[in-house]
Amino acid sequence: MGDLSMSRGPGDPADARTPRRSFLARILALGSTLLLIAAACGGGASQAPATEPAASEPAASAAPTEAPSLGEVTVGSNYSDQVPKDAFAAMLNYCATQTTATPKINTVEHGAFQDSINSYLQGTPDDVFTWFAGYRMRFFAGQGLATPISDVWAKVGSNYSDAFKQASTGDDGEQYFIPMYNYPWVVIYRKSLFADKGYTIPTTWAEFKTLATKMQADGLIPLAFADKDGWPAMGTFDILNMRQNGYQFHVDLMAGKEKWTDSRVKDVFNLWKELLPYTQPNALGRTWQEGAQSMINKEAGMYFLGTFAGEQATDPAIRDDLDFFPFPVLGNQWDSENAIDAPIDGLMISKSPKNLDGAKALLECVATGPAQLEFLKASPNNVAAAKDADTSGYTPFQQKMAEIIGKSGAIAQFLDRDTRPDFAGPNGMQGFLQTFLNDPNLNLDTYLGTIQSFYDSLPPQ
Amino acid sequence: MTDPANRGLGEPAAPSGRRRFAILPGPARRRFSLLSRRDKLVLGLMVGIPTFIHVFFIWLPTIASGVLSFTSWNGIGLDRIKFIGLKNYADLFGGIYPPFWPAILHNVLWLVVFLLIATPLGMFLAVLLDKEIRGTRLYQSAIYLPVVLSLAIVGFIWQLIYSPDQGFINNLLGTAGTPQAIDWFGNRDLNLWAILVAASWRHVGYIMVLYLAGLKSVDPSLREAAAIDGASERQTFFRVVFPVLRPINIVVLVITVIESLRAFDLVFITNRGLNGLELLSVLVTNNILGEASRVGFGSAIAMVLLVVSVGPIILYLTRSLREEAA
Repeated sequence: MGDLSMSRGPGDPADARTPRRSFLARILALGSTLLLIAAACGGGASQAPATEPAASEPAASAAPTEAPSLGEVTVGSNYSDQVPKDAFAAMLNYCATQTTATPKINTVEHGAFQDSINSYLQGTPDDVFTWFAGYRMRFFAGQGLATPISDVWAKVGSNYSDAFKQASTGDDGEQYFIPMYNYPWVVIYRKSLFADKGYTIPTTWAEFKTLATKMQADGLIPLAFADKDGWPAMGTFDILNMRQNGYQFHVDLMAGKEKWTDSRVKDVFNLWKELLPYTQPNALGRTWQEGAQSMINKEAGMYFLGTFAGEQATDPAIRDDLDFFPFPVLGNQWDSENAIDAPIDGLMISKSPKNLDGAKALLECVATGPAQLEFLKASPNNVAAAKDADTSGYTPFQQKMAEIIGKSGAIAQFLDRDTRPDFAGPNGMQGFLQTFLNDPNLNLDTYLGTIQSFYDSLPPQ
Repeated sequence: MTDPANRGLGEPAAPSGRRRFAILPGPARRRFSLLSRRDKLVLGLMVGIPTFIHVFFIWLPTIASGVLSFTSWNGIGLDRIKFIGLKNYADLFGGIYPPFWPAILHNVLWLVVFLLIATPLGMFLAVLLDKEIRGTRLYQSAIYLPVVLSLAIVGFIWQLIYSPDQGFINNLLGTAGTPQAIDWFGNRDLNLWAILVAASWRHVGYIMVLYLAGLKSVDPSLREAAAIDGASERQTFFRVVFPVLRPINIVVLVITVIESLRAFDLVFITNRGLNGLELLSVLVTNNILGEASRVGFGSAIAMVLLVVSVGPIILYLTRSLREEAA
């Protein structure tokens, strides 16, 4: 706006001659200085979300020469909310006492961290960075942006189940990821509400719908639902698809080996339509936090979400009142499989870390139960991934999480972690699922055809 | 403007073309001899640095986007850029990418609402505030405030107003938290209009300040003359003041067009341009930024946006250059 209104006429005073010229020269000098500064900053900014990249430089040269101390390891963290931020710091502080490496955390707001991950990993990333298992990990491993850590896995592998190992393995068969914890997607409810109204936990689809009808008669919204952010509805699609068609079909669909136009996918959306009369209306304008609040306030009877919904209960009494059960089975061949989404969060090493030995030592420590418990102490909405984690200190909520994950025959990550990112994001499935929720009675064949042709238009990977 | 006769020898030529002609009558050789080495250096820097900035930060990225729009690239490693011809454009216009046509429609709606409602309203407020009514400064600040507020705050303010469960409007209507609540941001038939109200709220203040500055520069004697000739208030504005403000009118028009085409921020903080709030600018961001990283495809959308925007920019430039030449 400034330039436009000024461009009308500089109105330069002609009488101020000599001072004007030197003034101009000075402006020019200032301008070129600013330009240089800008160029320098530009170079710096492209380096990374790392907040203090300069500080990590000396450590790099020092690390290989000093044998006894492994030196500083920089850790790029997306734990920007206070609770997980403290939890992550507690875990790394513990590891600082267990190894000779000194972790240094660079925290970036988690949305920004994910948005800039591409340029971050190509620039000068931290030695270690927080990330997610599944396709999202394999993608960056496949692009050569991460260091394989199969040697670390050779040491710590016995501490993880095969499912975790598989979720940490890239397309080339090497491991790239150290799991820290995971959390299941389940139906969360308030025990006191169920006790007051005499509700019982449904285990089958029919029981689930009967309970929902009963809740409606009692003036409750049976199922809280929110999808303003685009991703929570993916959890519902995942569980319905795995219940209806089994885990293998689900991951094959995610990997592009099955087609969206398959009649089995149509069955899933038809199943979803059966559920919609019981779900909270106006979901597309509601955040998952608001959805969780309506379950916590007993306006809604149940909420299908990750156990992180528990974070919304700030009152400890209400926290203890929260409980959950796995999504009901449909009475088909997949009942015994009992697949769920239980996304795994963990750590990876960037492609050319300045302190590889230190980074590996740090990951070895993170792969132990005591380290993971340090994290969970501050953030009890997850369960440790390592086998040797002492679960006796778990809250009942956590014990149940571990139990449900343990009982599941197959564990998926989550739609946006199991399929290619350019398909899962706001461009693709987020928008597509919202289109369905906006008008569930749309022509499913056309709709699924649009999804498939969008998938097909994406470049081969 | 400045009288050329006042100009001393050795005074560096001002950037405007008009004044250079004023020195031209002498032979060309003589004109150069008027400039010392230092003058030439200063002039060279004055032309060179902006040219460099312009070429490096505007033309190179534009051309690069143009080239990338014919490629498929995930943003990792230059060796992975693959030329795929017109496929990106074919996908865009062929309906493979569902958000594209809604985005075009929404950008057009945005433009229409700004042109027909927000901008005239801003101009109207400017005319009212130009009347030196009591407390005019307070009103000016209040109306301009939305332009100054940080986006995070603007997003928060409108969330507080529109939220179905906790929002002001739904509480006023007594529908908050009930199934009858109006879902301002979630309902595809409403959310664009809800956002347009918020966007107009900012745009009105912007136009008001611009136009107010223009009104202040109108020679009071013109109004006096009109009043003496017996013109009514309305006649004075439409017959005298408005035509005199032609340069400002063009600036306002161009700003309105540009603002509507690059509309981005409010939509992005509301829901990242999903669910009925698609805009070209947001689609570019969603494709290029983030994990998706479809740099080639995003560039193709950016080129569409560029072609659409270039029209008003050319209009503005030709107008303003003609002004200066006149």
